[in-house]
Amino acid sequence: MIEKDIDIAVIGAGPAGMAAAISAREKGVKDIILLERNPFLGGILIQCIHDGFGLHLFDQNLTGPEYAEELIQHLIKAKVPFLTEAMVIDINAQKEIRVVSRQGLLKLKAKAIVLAMGCRERTRGALEIPGTRPAGIFTAGVAQSLVNLQNLKIGKEVVILGSGDVGLIMARRLKIEGLKVLRVIEKLPYCSGLVRNRVQCLRDYDIPLHLSSTVIDIHGKDRLEALTAAQLNEKGEILYDTAEVIPCDTLLLSVGLIPENELSRKAEVRLDWRTLGAEVDDYVETNTPGIFSCGNVLHIHDVADYASQEGFLAGERAACRVRENQGKVLRFPVNASKEIKYVVPQLIREDCRETELKFRVTEPFENIRIIVKNGGETLFRKKFLKIMPSEMNMVKISSDKPLDKVYVELEKTEIA
Amino acid sequence: MVKNCNIICILCPNCCDMRVSFEGKEILELEDARCPRGLEYAREELFNPTRTLTSTVPIKSHYWKTVSVRTNKPIPKDRIFDVYEQLSSMRLAAPVKRGDVLIENVLGLGASIIATRSVLE
Ligand SMILES: Cc1cc2nc3c(=O)[nH]c(=O)nc-3n(C[C@H](O)[C@H](O)[C@H](O)COP(=O)(O)OP(=O)(O)OC[C@H]3O[C@@H](n4cnc5c(N)ncnc54)[C@H](O)[C@@H]3O)c2cc1C
Ligand code: SF4
Repeated sequence: MIEKDIDIAVIGAGPAGMAAAISAREKGVKDIILLERNPFLGGILIQCIHDGFGLHLFDQNLTGPEYAEELIQHLIKAKVPFLTEAMVIDINAQKEIRVVSRQGLLKLKAKAIVLAMGCRERTRGALEIPGTRPAGIFTAGVAQSLVNLQNLKIGKEVVILGSGDVGLIMARRLKIEGLKVLRVIEKLPYCSGLVRNRVQCLRDYDIPLHLSSTVIDIHGKDRLEALTAAQLNEKGEILYDTAEVIPCDTLLLSVGLIPENELSRKAEVRLDWRTLGAEVDDYVETNTPGIFSCGNVLHIHDVADYASQEGFLAGERAACRVRENQGKVLRFPVNASKEIKYVVPQLIREDCRETELKFRVTEPFENIRIIVKNGGETLFRKKFLKIMPSEMNMVKISSDKPLDKVYVELEKTEIA
Repeated sequence: MVKNCNIICILCPNCCDMRVSFEGKEILELEDARCPRGLEYAREELFNPTRTLTSTVPIKSHYWKTVSVRTNKPIPKDRIFDVYEQLSSMRLAAPVKRGDVLIENVLGLGASIIATRSVLE
C-alpha cells in the first residue's frame, strides 16, 4: 500500500472536478491530485455528444466531448496531476482517502478535499412499477452510454418514461438512429426538461409527449413486449378506464438524478434533504472543515458551465484552506418561502458581504416576483414572466452588513 | 393562402409560445412575442429552419468504440436524415483529432462533418 500526504484531493474528473483542480493549481497549490474512476477524464460529458454546452463558460456552442477537451487542455497546460482508473472507496472526516488504482491501494491524507462525484440516475426500483422484469428497460443515461460509447443497438420500438432532459435528448438520438420512438410519458402536468429540449428533441421529430400519465404495468417474459400506460387525475390517482396497452421492446427511464453522496456520508458531511447534496456555505464548504462540494454531487445542474463555475469556486477556496486554517466562524442559515424548492448555499458565513444564491422553484409559476431580503433590507427584486422548476436560477446579493437573515421569497403579482 | 401555427421561441428563458400567421414567405401577424427577437426567430424557423447534427461513427482503437462527430455549421432541418445516412456507412481508425474534417461539404450543403473528440491510439 502506498501512503502519502497531499494538499488537495479532488474526487471526480467531470466538468466540476476538473475546474476545481485547475483553479486550486492556479491559486498556487502544487500538491494536488485529481482522482477519476473512469479510464478517461470528462465525466458524463463524454457521452453527451449533442451540442448546447459552453455557452456561458467558453462563449461557444460546444458538444459535451468538445467542452471536456477544452477543460482537459487547460488542465494539462496548468500541469494538474491526475490519476484515471482510480476509484475512491473510502474517505473520513480526518480527510484520509482510500483509492483503488492500477498502482494498488493508495492511502492519502489531504489538507482539503473537493467532492465532485456527480450524480446517478433514479431507477425503476425507486419508482415501484409493477409487472414482470424483462430485458429492454434502461435508464436514459445508461442507454446514452450504450449507444454513444459502446455503439450498440438497444431495441426497435421505444417508450420513454419521464420527461427529464436526458430522456428528451435520447428520444431525438434514437429517432435519428432509426428507432421508433413512440411517446414520452410524464406523470406531472408539465414537461420536467428544458423548453429548448422539448422543442428541439420532441417537436422537431413529432414525438408525442403525454403529460399527467404514467406506466402502470410491464409485460414480457425475456424481453419487454408491451407496457400499459394510463392517465392521472389532478390528485395523481390512476384513471384505470384510460389504460392503454402499448407494444414496444424498449423502455427508457428518465425520472430524475440523485447526487452521489455515499462517500460524503462517510466523511460525516451533513446532507440537505431537499437537494440530497451536502449542506454548504458560501465557500461551498461542508460542515466537515476542509471538505468542499461542487457540481452535480452538490445539487443537480442543468448546464455543465454552472457545474464548472462551482468547481472553480471550490478549488479556489480549498487552496485558501490549505494555506490557513480558519478559526471558528459563525454561519447563518438562508431561509425561503414554500414555493422555493431549495437554495444553495444553505448557509452564509459571518464575514460574507457578497454571494450568489442558486435556487429552484417547486412548480411552474407565471407573473411572479422573486424577492431576496436580509432582515428589513431588500437585496434583490425582479419580476419573472415565467419560472420553471427545470431551470436553476441565480441571483447575486450583496450588503455592507452581515448576511444573517437572508430570506428568498416568491410573490405573485398582477398580470402586467 | 394564409396559414397559422405556434412557434416556441427558445432564445431566452421566457420561451414565448408565439402565434404566427403567414402567407408564402411573409409573416402577416405575430402574437405573444415579448420582444422583437421573437419575430426574427419565427422567420428563421418558418422559412429556413436549421439544426446542427451530432452523431457517432465507429472507430478502431485501443479503448474507444466510437468517435463523436458533428456538422461544423447548422444544416437545413429537413436534410438531417440525409446527412445521417452519409455517416452510417463510415468507419474510422485511430488516430483522429478533435476538429478533423471527416466529410468535406457534405451533400453540397456547405457544412462539413468534423470529429468532436480526439481518439489518439
Ligand atoms: C444526458 C445529459 C445531458 C445533458 N445535457 C446538457 C446540455 O445540453 N448542456 C449543458 O450545459 N449541460 C448538460 N447536462 C448537464 C451536465 O452534463 C452536468 O451538469 C455536468 O456534467 C455535471 O458535472 P459534474 O462534474 O458534477 O459530474 P459528472 O460529469 O458526472 O462527473 C463526475 C465524475 O466523478 C467520477 N466519480 C464518481 N465517483 C467516483 C469515485 N468514488 N472515485 C473516483 N471518481 C468518481 C465519475 O466517474 C465522473 O467522471 C447534461 C447532463 C446529462 C446527464
Ligand atoms: S420572443 Fe424575446 S422574450 Fe420571448 S423567448 Fe424570444 S427572445 Fe425571449
